[in-house]
Amino acid sequence: MQTTGLLKAGGLLYSRDLRLAFRRWEQVTQPVVFFLMVTTLFPLALSPEQAQLRQVAAGVVWVAALLSALLALEFMFRSDYEDGTLEQLVLSGQPLWWLALVKAFAHWTVSGLPLVVTSPLVAASLAVPTGAMMTVVASLLLGTGILSFLGAVGAGLTLGVRRGSVLLSLLVLPLTMPALIFGARAVDMAIMGDEPAGPLYLLGALFILSLTLGPFATSAALKVSME
Amino acid sequence: MWKWFHMLASPPHFYRIAGLTIPWFGWPALVLILVGLYGGLVLAPADYQQGDGFRIFYVHVPSAIMSMMVYGIMATAAAIGLIWRMKLAHAVAAASAPIGAWFTFCALATGSLWGKPMWGTWWEWDARLTSELILLFLYLGYIALRSSIEDPQRADRASAVLALVGVINLPIIHYSVVWWNSLHQGSTMFNPGAMSIEMKWPALSMLFGFMLYYGAVLFVRLRAEVIRRERNAAWLRQELAL
Amino acid sequence: MSLADFFYMGGYAAYLWPAFGLVVLVLVYNVWSARRALAEARRAAARRLQMEETRS
Repeated sequence: MQTTGLLKAGGLLYSRDLRLAFRRWEQVTQPVVFFLMVTTLFPLALSPEQAQLRQVAAGVVWVAALLSALLALEFMFRSDYEDGTLEQLVLSGQPLWWLALVKAFAHWTVSGLPLVVTSPLVAASLAVPTGAMMTVVASLLLGTGILSFLGAVGAGLTLGVRRGSVLLSLLVLPLTMPALIFGARAVDMAIMGDEPAGPLYLLGALFILSLTLGPFATSAALKVSME
Repeated sequence: MWKWFHMLASPPHFYRIAGLTIPWFGWPALVLILVGLYGGLVLAPADYQQGDGFRIFYVHVPSAIMSMMVYGIMATAAAIGLIWRMKLAHAVAAASAPIGAWFTFCALATGSLWGKPMWGTWWEWDARLTSELILLFLYLGYIALRSSIEDPQRADRASAVLALVGVINLPIIHYSVVWWNSLHQGSTMFNPGAMSIEMKWPALSMLFGFMLYYGAVLFVRLRAEVIRRERNAAWLRQELAL
Repeated sequence: MSLADFFYMGGYAAYLWPAFGLVVLVLVYNVWSARRALAEARRAAARRLQMEETRS
């Protein structure tokens, strides 16, 4: 009884999620502000010396971005779950994995993409050379995507759970460690002036994997939470 | 075959059979572990490089193997529970998690105690120790998710999804940690290499003892899970002798 | 080999015995906690049954 095509349904859901997100502007800006603030803490805590900052820059940028994106993850399905929209989506006759993919992508657009856009600013403040900027942006583009598609599973599982936000970090963080390893490594290599293609390819492989498998796990998780 | 399967899965039968099986797992486990301890601590010759310090091997490696095996069993049971909606399989997954987490803890703690005299540090970011640590996080996440969902059926299915996501990620985590590790430092890993048979058998005895021990503890926990899920009052009343 | 030698473990006693002791402790604890879980489940079930009886 599919009345609407996949693409059309996806487009409608995507634009609806974006419009809703922009109506709650603080939800879009908060992770970015958090990202900027956390990365400001490191020079204060370590030292303002450029050479020393450059050494830790890759790790700091990546960990801060991961935590900021994690902060927003909890809201991926929360409001739709509370007002019953999610139930409508489950019953809509569209394949749930597709809707989960679209929702994760929409969530990435409002929470992950802003982090990617601000990352050169952050990286520059940590004395990352200009030559490495492309790697910072590319690695975070893939990394925030991985977090959105993997995190969607955790967000689906923790719907309607007490103290869900702490639990969500507990579930998702161990799964994102491979991405952190390759992403931070790629940035570090670029800062040192090496060719970062190797870890970037691996990061890309992780991205494809989470893009293809994540939505199915998310739809299973949502079905469990909607029962 | 299917009839037998269904009979086993029915709570009263399972409860009774589990009760009968526990001693058959428990006592051999105790014997094998004691033999393994005696063999490992007394009979096995000291290592020519590490002296008597290598004997930690006899508790560390079996614990580490068990920590991964139990996660594998947990994920398999979770998959069976999700696909065939079998309550007993979910119960197996739920009962395995704390045991597996404790084995992981043992592997980490003994690894740390081994690392201090061998590497000169309590904690080395060695690939195997690091992936073992992440495995512990996965277990803790699973247990935390279970305990925060009140409805047992929903807890079963939600934690099953998590266990499956975890088991797909486990090899990825392991290989990424190995890769990361090989870039950051030279190989400091201890390699037991080819061990002689008199050094090896106590470890095997310990490992089989641990497996049987896991079986025994699992069945005790499963009996608890069966009672917790059972709504068949007549059988329960008879069983609890009210 | 004397008993003292055995406990000395070639100088590794400080690491070896805690490792073995810890594992044995965890093994014992697991058995104990599983048995307690079973006893608790039985008690809870008995209470549930009695409550159902008094209600009907």
